[in-house]
Order: sequence, then C-alpha cells, then structure tokens
Amino acid sequence: MSENRNNTSPAERPGAMGHRGGPGGSIGRPVEKAKDFMGTLKRLVKYLKPHTFRLAAVVLFALLSTAFTVLAPRISGDAINQLTDGFIAKHMISEVTKAQESMSKPLKARLDQIDSARSQAENQAKAAARAALEQEGASQDQIAAAEQRAAAAADKAFDDRISQSVTPQALSAMREMVSLPRISDIAGADEKADTVSRFASLAKKLPQSDSSVQSFQLSDEDLQKYLGDIRETNGVIPFDAIAKTLLFLLFVYLLSSLFTFLMRYIMASVSQVTVYSLRKDLNDKLARLPLKYYDGHTSGDILSRMTNDIDTVSSTLQQSMTQLIQSVCQILGYIIMMLLYSPILTLIVLCTLPLYIGVTMFIASHSQKYYKAQQKHLGTLSGHTEEMFTGHIIVKAFGRERESIETFEKVNDDLYNVGWKAQFMSGIMYPLMNFVSNIGYVLVSVVGGIFVTKSFLNIGDITAFIQYSRSFSMPIIQTANIANIIQSTIACAERVFEILDEEEEIPDTEDAVKIEHPKGDIRFDHVKFRYTESVPLMEDMNLDFKQGETVAIVGPTGAGKTTLVNLLMRFYEVNGGAITFDGVDIRDIARGSLRTMFGMVLQDTWLFNGTIEENIAYGRENATHEQVVSAAKAAHADHFIRSLPEGYRTVLNEEASNISQGQKQLLTIARAILADPSVLILDEATSSVDTRTEVLIQKAMGVLMRGRTNFVIAHRLSTIRDAHLILVMNHGTIIETGSHDELMKKNGFYADLYNSQFVGANLE
Amino acid sequence: MLKIYRNLKPYTVSIIMILVFLFLQVMSDLYLPTLMSDIVNNGIMTKNIGYIWKTGEYMLLIAAGGVICAVVAGFLGARVSVGLGRILRNRIFRRVENFSLHEFDRFGSSTLITRTTNDIIQIQTVTIMIINMMIRAPLTCVGGIFQAYHQDRTLTLILAIALPVLILIIYLVTSKVVPIFRQVQRKLDRINLILRENLTGIRVIRAFNKIDHEKARFETANKDLTDTYIHVNRIMAVLMPMMMLIMNLVTVCVLWFGSKRIDTGEMNLGALMAFVQYAMQIMFSLLMFVMMFVMIPRAQAAADRINEVLSTEPEIIDPQLPEPAAAEKGYVEFRNVTFRYHGAEQSAIQNVSFSVKPGETTAIIGGTGSGKSTLINLIPRFYDADEGQVLVDGIDVKAMPQEELRNKIGFVPQKARLFTGTVDENLRYGKEDASEDEIRHAADVAQASEFISQMSDGYDSMLSEGGQNLSGGQKQRLSIARALVRRPEIYVFDDSFSALDFKTDAKLRAALKKDTQKATVIIVAQRVGTVMDADRIIVLDEGSVAGIGTHSELLKSCGVYREIVASQLSEEELA
Repeated sequence: MSENRNNTSPAERPGAMGHRGGPGGSIGRPVEKAKDFMGTLKRLVKYLKPHTFRLAAVVLFALLSTAFTVLAPRISGDAINQLTDGFIAKHMISEVTKAQESMSKPLKARLDQIDSARSQAENQAKAAARAALEQEGASQDQIAAAEQRAAAAADKAFDDRISQSVTPQALSAMREMVSLPRISDIAGADEKADTVSRFASLAKKLPQSDSSVQSFQLSDEDLQKYLGDIRETNGVIPFDAIAKTLLFLLFVYLLSSLFTFLMRYIMASVSQVTVYSLRKDLNDKLARLPLKYYDGHTSGDILSRMTNDIDTVSSTLQQSMTQLIQSVCQILGYIIMMLLYSPILTLIVLCTLPLYIGVTMFIASHSQKYYKAQQKHLGTLSGHTEEMFTGHIIVKAFGRERESIETFEKVNDDLYNVGWKAQFMSGIMYPLMNFVSNIGYVLVSVVGGIFVTKSFLNIGDITAFIQYSRSFSMPIIQTANIANIIQSTIACAERVFEILDEEEEIPDTEDAVKIEHPKGDIRFDHVKFRYTESVPLMEDMNLDFKQGETVAIVGPTGAGKTTLVNLLMRFYEVNGGAITFDGVDIRDIARGSLRTMFGMVLQDTWLFNGTIEENIAYGRENATHEQVVSAAKAAHADHFIRSLPEGYRTVLNEEASNISQGQKQLLTIARAILADPSVLILDEATSSVDTRTEVLIQKAMGVLMRGRTNFVIAHRLSTIRDAHLILVMNHGTIIETGSHDELMKKNGFYADLYNSQFVGANLE
Repeated sequence: MLKIYRNLKPYTVSIIMILVFLFLQVMSDLYLPTLMSDIVNNGIMTKNIGYIWKTGEYMLLIAAGGVICAVVAGFLGARVSVGLGRILRNRIFRRVENFSLHEFDRFGSSTLITRTTNDIIQIQTVTIMIINMMIRAPLTCVGGIFQAYHQDRTLTLILAIALPVLILIIYLVTSKVVPIFRQVQRKLDRINLILRENLTGIRVIRAFNKIDHEKARFETANKDLTDTYIHVNRIMAVLMPMMMLIMNLVTVCVLWFGSKRIDTGEMNLGALMAFVQYAMQIMFSLLMFVMMFVMIPRAQAAADRINEVLSTEPEIIDPQLPEPAAAEKGYVEFRNVTFRYHGAEQSAIQNVSFSVKPGETTAIIGGTGSGKSTLINLIPRFYDADEGQVLVDGIDVKAMPQEELRNKIGFVPQKARLFTGTVDENLRYGKEDASEDEIRHAADVAQASEFISQMSDGYDSMLSEGGQNLSGGQKQRLSIARALVRRPEIYVFDDSFSALDFKTDAKLRAALKKDTQKATVIIVAQRVGTVMDADRIIVLDEGSVAGIGTHSELLKSCGVYREIVASQLSEEELA
C-alpha cells in the first residue's frame, strides 16, 4: 500500500526555495513566460545531449520505478483479498459448524419426538386393532395384517396431522440435515463446500420457525462466492498464499526503491554536470563579450542570470524532470489500474478532476494580484533600504533617521498587508486540494462499500482502489506545479541563452602579430568612433605619439578622454581609420599581447578578494615577494601595507572596505608598476591620492616612465604640467594641443581651465 | 534560528491557535481511516447500506471540518510568518539606522541591504514551511501512533521497532547531509563572489590580460561546487528510496502479522486496513520532516546574518541626561582628541586640539590617510573619540542628543549622494519647511540653479536612483545646496569640490564665502588653492597636527605644508 508520494513532493527541492513555497505553492504565483518556449527548450535539450545514454537510463528507471509503484497497491490488494477470502470462508465454516452444532440436537430431538409420536400412534393403532381382532377371535395372520393396516392408517393419519405443521419435504430435509456429516470432521475442501452448499439448501427447506438457521438465508451469488472461497481456502486463512503475495510485494517495493535510487543517482550527476557546463559556457562567453555589452547591462542583471537563473535550471533538472516523468506515468498508471478494478468508481474519481482545476483557477486568479502587489512593495522596500543604507552618512548628518524609519515601516506595512494575503492564498491551495481528494476518498469508500455488499468488488479491491484514488491527486497537483516550474525555468534558461547569443568581440586573427620588443610608438590615423550610431563622437582623429613621451589628456567630463584609452586598448573597435602600435594595426595584434604592453591604472580601483600581495602580483605572473615589495615601495604603498595587522598577507574583504579609497589606489598603482608595461595609462589614477603622495608617486613613476609612452588623464591640472604634450579635449575632439607653456600663452580653453583653479584663492 | 523566533512573541496567541487548528486538522485526517474501517466492519460485512451512507456523510463532514481548520491555520500561519518578516525587517532597519559609522562600516552597505531584504524573505519562506509541515509532522506522527494503538496494540510493536530505525537513519543521514549543504552554500557564495569580481573588474582583468587566469579561478570554483552538489544529491538519492523501502517493509509486516491476528480473531479486517493507513501517515510525516532539514542550512545562514546585525549594539547612543542647550552658537573645539578605528594598530587621530569660532573658515589639509575625514567625522559624532573631548558650543558632543548636535551642522560628504525624488525634495532633506526662496538661494550659491533650470521639470525633476542622470559635479553641487538650505551654525565640507571643474569650483567658493560669513566653516581639501585664504589651516600628517596657522604662517613654519604647496603650485604662484 505504497503512497509513493515522496518522489513527487515539491517540498523536496533544496535549490529553489526562494521561488517556491509550500506544497502546491507555486501554482498560485504569476508565472514568468519565455518568449520562445520551444526554441529555448530545444537549446536546453542540446545541453543534455552528451548525457543521452544516461538520460535514457534515467527515463527507463523512472518508468520502471513508477510501474512498480503503481503495481504495488494491486498486489497488496490481492493479499487483502486472499486474507478476506480465507477469513470469510473460515467464518462461513465456523458459522455452519456452529449452526450444525446448535441445530443438530433440537432437530434430532424433534425428529425423535416425531418418530416416537409416530411409533406411539402406530403402536396404539396396532394395539387397538389387535385388541379388536382378538375379541373377534381372528387368526394371528389376520391380526398381523390388521395391525399393519391400522399402523399404516395411523401413519397416514399422523402424516396428515403433522403435515399441518411440518411439510414432508421439510421433514426429509430435517432428516437429511441431521444425517449430514459434521463439517469440522470433513477434510477435503470440495466436500466441505458441498456439505456447506447442501447445508445451505437444506436450511432453506427447514421450517421458517426455526431461528437458528436464519443467518443462512444468503443470496445465491453470495453463497456461490463463499462456496468458491471455501473450495479455494478450505476454510482457513491461506497463509502460504498470503506469504507468497507479500514476498512478491516486498520484491516489487524493493525494485521500485532500487530504480528510484538509480534514477536519482544518475540524475544527480547529469543535472549538475549539465549546469556546470552551462555555467562554464556562460563564463567563457563573458570573457568574449565586448565592453560595449557591459556598458549596456548592469552587473546585477548579469549576475542574477548567472546565479539565480542557473540555480533554477539546476534544481529543475535535478528534481522536476524526473518528477514530471514519474507524475505523468503515475497518472496514467493509476487510471489504468482504477479502470481495471471498476470503471464506475474510476468515473467518480475522474469527476473530481474539474474540482481540482476549479480550485486552482480560483486561487490563481486571486493570488496573482496579491503577488504582483507584493512584488511592487518589495521593490519599493528594497529601493528605500538601498538608498538609506548607501546614504547612511547623509541620513545621520541630517538627522533623518526617524523619517527614514517611518517610511520604511509604512512600506513594510504595505508589504505585510498584501504579503500575508498572497501567502494565505497560495497556502490554502494544498488543504483545498486535499479536501477535493478527501471528497473523492469518501465517495469511493461509500460507493465502493456498497459495491462490495453487492459483491461487485472485493474488500481488497476497494482498499487497492482507495490507494490509487488517494495517490492520484498528488501527481496531478505535481504536474500542474511542474508545468509552472518548467515554464519559469525555460524563461530563466532563455535569459541565460540571451547572453550566450550576444555578439562577441571580433576574434583575434589567425596570423596575429606579436611585437617582441615593443617601443610604444602609437598613431591614430583618421580614427572615427561612436558609442552609439546616432551620436557622433570622434569623427577624424589624427595623433602621433613617440616612445618615451608623456601625454596628458585634459578636458571636462564627457569630453572623450577615457574613450581614447578604450580605443587604444581595443576595449572598443574603431568605426573607421586605424590605430597602430609600433606601426602595426592593433587589430592585427592578439588582444592579449596588445594589452600586456599596456599598464593601466583606472579611476575605478578594482581589487579582488585575496591578500594584498596577490592583488599586487596580479600584474605579473610569478612575481616574487621582493618584486611585489619593491613595486609597493615605488607606489608608496609599502608603508601603509606594513602598518596593517597582517602586512602583505592582509586579506582584502569582499568590498575591500578594510582599506581606504586612496590606499586602494596606491595598490592599483603598485600593480601597474609591477606589470612593467611599455605604455602606461593613468586614467585619473591619482584622483583619490592626495597631491603630496601623488608627487611622490609621480617621482617614482618618473623613473618608471622613462623610455615608455605615458598617457595621463587627470583633471587636476597641476599634476600634468610636466607632460610633453597636452591634449585638450572637448566633445570628442581635440581642441588644443601643445605643452603647458604653449597652451598658457595661447590663452584659450586650457588657460581658462588652468587659471580657474586658483580663482578661489585670488578672489579677495 | 531559535533566536529569530523569539521575535514571534506578539503572535503567541496566534501560534497556539495554529497548533490547535493544525492538531484538529491532523486529527480529522487521521479519523477518516477509522471511519473507513467502520464502513468495512459494520457496513460491508453486515451489508448495511444505510450505515455506509451515514458514515460516508459523516466522513465528508469530518473532511470539511478538516479543511476549515487547515484554512484557519493557513490564515494565521500566513499572518504569523509574514508578520515575523515585518517585525524582523523593522528591527533590522531600526537597528541599522541607529548604527554609528563604526558598526555600519563593519558590515558594509551591500550586505546590510541583503540582510534586510533577501535574508528576511528566506526566513519568512522557511517559517511558512515549518508551519505547514514541520509542525504537522510530529502532530501526525503522535496522532497516528495514538490511533494505530487504538486500533491494535500488538501491531503497534512493529511501529515501535520501525520508527526508531527510521529516526536513526534520518539522524545519521542528516548529520552528514546538513554540513554538506552548508558547504554547498559556501561554494555558491564563492562562485558568486568570483563572478561579481569578474564583472566589476572586467576592464582591469582585460587590461592585465588575465582572462585565462580568471577563467581558471572560476573553473576551480565551478568544479568544486558541482562535485559537492553531486555528492550531496547522491546521498539524498540513497536516503529517499531507503526510507520508502522501510515504510513499505512496515506495511508488509503489518499485513502479515495483521493476517495472523485476524486468524486468531484478535483483530478485524477494518482495523487492519485502518492500521495500514495510519502506519503510512506516520512514516510519511517523518519523511516530510527530513525534507525540512534540507532547508535549514540556508535559513540558518540567513538567520545568523540577521542575528549578527541585531546583536550588534550601536556604540553611540544619546546621553541619559543631556546637558541643557548652550547659548553660544558655532563653536567647535577639539581637546586632545585621539581616535582609533576598531582593530587598527595605529590611531587615526592622535592628540588633536584646536578650536573654531563663528565667522571663521578652517581648512584641513593633509595626505591620503592622514585622518582629515576621520577628524571631521568626529564633529557630528559619527564616531566617538577614544580619548579627549570634542565640544560643540562648549558642550561635549557625548552629552548632547545626536539630533540636536546634527541640527547644528551642515555636512557635505566626499561622495555626493542624493535620494530618489525631485530636486526640490532632495534640497529640502535637511529642512523640510524651507521656503521656496531659501531653496532657490541655496541652489544659486551652490551654482546649481543653472543646470536645474535646464532640467525638464526644473526643481520638480525626478532624480532617478540617487541622481544617476546627473554628472558627478552636478550631484556635488546639489549636495552642497542641500546643506546650505539648512542654514546651520557649522558647515563641514569633506573634500566636496573634487568633482567640480575649476571654473565652477571657484565661482561656488566665492559665493559660498559671502553666504556663510557668520557661520563656522570647516573644509577638508586637497587643493592648496582651496585652503589658501582660510582663517586657519590645520595640517594633518599621519593623524597628528603638523601645523596650525594661516597660509603664510604655515609656509614659514610647517615643512609638511610647504611640501604640499610645492607639489601643486608653480614658483610664480608661490610668490
């Protein structure tokens, strides 16, 4: 009697708690739909292709385990039938035995009574006849003949008299009944059955007044069934047969468990390896995407696709796929089994199906609006939290904690007010489904019970049927659930595939050049570039930088300073013209080798979760500790590093918040110094470093910069006065070039810009 | 986890009701097989169709009662679990809002956001699960055993053997699986960390040609996670079929021994059937329990993170007996102040003393990490000094309510941060009842009115996501204007002009000078040009005062200052 529901329980999904609530929980939620369901499904299936063989095994095992699961209640029903048959036969025999025992004495007594009465009457008649003849003096022969006549007459008279109370048939039945062998003395099953049958038929003929046989007024069908039982079981519970059935049942359970185990065991690696390769492909893809892609997508979005979405795919592969196979098989199997037992009862069970659908629709229509509202309030709440936390210092400085808390609590209340309703609606799904299932259960019990009394069904059949009908509801709920899960999984997979479909960077050419001894001569030759097609930026840029030059690029925000660097390092591709490095078009150089020729310090001080030493060594493979330290010294970072508790082995935490912004910048400079590139790019690199330190760094860099081409982007003009060439940019074009002194003499944009930084001081 | 549930106190009544209703519901579920057994014994065996119908009606009634109980329990459960979320959220948010920068920095804003949102949702979901299943399981188990015992005592012995075996297996497996699930969680976090780093550092990674290195790093983490996942899923693959097998074995045993007992007439058929169903229900409830265990590690991790926040006491609290507000306005004094960040070896501020009067401009200059920002963060009591005193208007800041103290100060932080809302709302942040004139004036001074008027809706333009649609300089100007609207006694500018171009910077400072003549102004700056004309310049060097004086005084007396100046100004400007 297995209710093998564990295979299909939605609760058992460790990987996907956030998405799904309790049992039946996901039905009520709005389901995200994929744009191209079939297409995405096909692609997902492709990922499973390397595992075709194992998947086939999984499907096979799923089918087998389900088949055995479906079979088990039938077998246990058989066992119960054997038990009931034996029980009923035994009951019958014992009833007959009891009846025989209780009846035989009174019957015998009655017969004896009748017989003695008869013989008494005979004797009396005989005596009367003899007396009469003896008086007449008749011969002995005459007397004997008369005696006989008298006796016969008396007999007849007795018969006539008695026939008013007992029919001759009843009488003969009584006689036969008494002469029936004791059933307990009979060994053979058939003789027993014959005797019982004879007993039953005789019992019918007995006088109605005899109450001790009332209980044997059975219908013919019942009698035939019971007789059959007796013939089969010989009136004892057939433990041998039951044992055989139960052993078979055990074997079926064993197989079912075994196949379930095999299925899950194989699926564990199939699903995880599939997800592994999906994750790997995605990560590889990210490495090939151009920076343009990252500018257009928030890292939160990409991250969510790589984590949450893949997580969903993972748990669906792990759980829902096999569940779906099993659920569908179970539904079919249960229906077939139920039909085998009783088409009418099956119809009753199937009649509850519309109820399931009705409940689902009712709940879904109500809960979806709460879920939507919940999502909205959750968004507001997260937004507020994010703002207040990232602006913590402002909130404190302006003493707005109370207002902030008030707003939060208000949003939180709103969230609560729809949240519990959403939760409630999806929470009652399971009890309601259970109720529908119980209605079916009761109907089946009642109608089935009546069927049993009418002998349409056996008790074992009805128990088996109840098992089936009760188990029936689970796979239905499951399938509805999984249908939803699969839909949202496909939507998740689609988002993942969207990334995989993004246009990649132009791959390096086969015959990419590697510059062995880079000098650092760089030329911009009629370069044209736009971030977006419609917004013109660089239209015709011509520049020439020689090895060893330090070039400063200045200009207001958005003037295109960083664009120059982006093009130089080939983060973006030029739309027209060419950039050459030592005379080679950079498109002919492998990106990797191109970029190693540059050392870059960005405004954005990116460090990773590792030790300080690892972070500095990031710039060069296999850097020794001494090299790291000397780079740190050159960047004036050594001092502060040594003052940290763990020195160079200090682990930067996830947000690198255990060191200051300026210190982070020093580390990135040390990292660039260690990389020892031919071209150094400092993109507002020292904006967080104070000017004094900056001068120190620049001194160190001065040594470093010698013999290299250097690009310095900064808005602190004092730091770039020593540059060989200053490019003043505005609106994507270079509007002035020259050295500091030349530009000052020109008294143009640069001079204006430069002078303004001291205005504050001279305003007095 | 338990600590979290202490927050359920206001829901005690509800929880008791949930228990009662769940109990009733479980009992109704358990009563159905008994009625079924009655149908078998009294209806079918005696062919009493009327009895069957009557019992059937009764069963429907019980089932309906059960579903009503379940709905009521579901109603209360939803309110309790979502209510718990609400309580926790409010508590966390309140607590974080009361954090000083010390505690705040210890966590970092991103993890605090996660803790306030995702972690609590996690707890909420698990609480629902617990109410739905974890409470139901033991109730079903106990009720089922009771009913089974009621049906047949001797057969209950089978359960007495099977249940401990099952519980032992559950214990063994979960004690093995739960730590692995914790590992899975950690490894997932690790992958996410690497991914996040790869995304945020995409330029650096490419610039240093480290793509392969990062790929390898990701690959290791990916492989590691996959292996652990497979491992734990394989264990689970053993567990579930094994439990099913034991459950089924119990059924077989019950059938066998039940048959024997029926043979001897100690039991009837109906009782056997009911017993089998009870046995199933009991086992099934245990199975549910196991599934719950899988969820615990995730929830536990979330609970730990939440508890960590809740158990962190804000270091800075308002004084019990605040000193009466001072009559003086605009005075700031540092008396031998020393301050050290938690866990830091060296003090960030070492024995600093100075005092500032209204109408004066004081500039603080120094190298990176010299303690400039730290110093001014002590004035609005974002941190507490370890030694010495910070006095505002002659009163120790520790003896003043924080709100009163901060009301005196217009603070402009290094990083301009605005909030979602209109420009007007942002400017009013420090003074909600400011008049329109006051707002316009502040915007004028901060050189913001020009670009505000160019925005589509002027002062009513929406700033999305903290002003993402504005440039750094524009944000900084709004941030300055916001402080100006307050008309505070003391202005504190923490390097707040860095994103401005030189022209705007100069204009702004000129306008500011006029506007703040009567107030106290404290400016942290890196540019000498910004500080040259201050009434007092404080030169900080590694947390200590290297010199205090005017520009010309310091040029003569302070070597550090001279160095700074030399690094920025050319010879002729020095002259």
